[in-house]
Amino acid sequence: MCNKVIQVEVIIPTQTKYLDLIGSIGEHIAKDLEDFSGDREALAYHLNLVLTEATTNAIKHASSAMQKDTVKITIHIHDNELNIKVYDHGQGFNMETVPVPDLDQPKEGGMGLYFIRTLMDSVSYTRLDDGNVLEIIKYL
Amino acid sequence: MKLNLEKVKGFSVIFIKEERIDAHNSGELKAYILHLIEQGEVNIIVQIECVRFIDSSGLGALLSGYKHATAKSGKLALACCKQQVLSMFELTRLNRVFDIYADLNEALENET
Repeated sequence: MCNKVIQVEVIIPTQTKYLDLIGSIGEHIAKDLEDFSGDREALAYHLNLVLTEATTNAIKHASSAMQKDTVKITIHIHDNELNIKVYDHGQGFNMETVPVPDLDQPKEGGMGLYFIRTLMDSVSYTRLDDGNVLEIIKYL
Repeated sequence: MKLNLEKVKGFSVIFIKEERIDAHNSGELKAYILHLIEQGEVNIIVQIECVRFIDSSGLGALLSGYKHATAKSGKLALACCKQQVLSMFELTRLNRVFDIYADLNEALENET
């Protein structure tokens, strides 16, 4: 597998109307991957979903003190690794304490992180000097 | 949220006219369904033929409607679900909760 290096960086206001844009970028990247032998349509949907969920999460956790807060999203593909980083300026949260949803007792919330964890290969959430970053890795 | 409402064979059929249900419009969908139920329209079919993407908040909005409808002895079923959207119901096992029909006629035949 030898995809060309792709690097995308997008900065959006903390408004949900931009979710379509962010998700669509992931979908397009999946559809245009040069060397990918898996289910391309499924990967396109999954990247759309993961970017949508991660960005929604960042918007929810955005700093209320900053009226013009933004979310930065980077997507980087090198060799067979697809790396997504979503930066927020909020208080952050402890990802380890987010419970795994009980699928036999479905609830309305709490599925976003479950999707990211289930569909991707690695997820971490790290505190930075000026916010937090959710890093997601998918091996292609 | 673009949608149409039709009354068919005693069911309130909501035709979603959006390609995406995500955190931008799911709150509106949830509120719309709850408003219908509060008005006594507790038998609902949501036709999602146009929908090619749904996220966790969209699933949550439909689940909210389902729970409120069944709490009032009604029902909420889905019709015309695209394969990729269906896979989200399968991943969350919500396909065990909702009755999901291939088309509206099948939904009406089985639910009435």
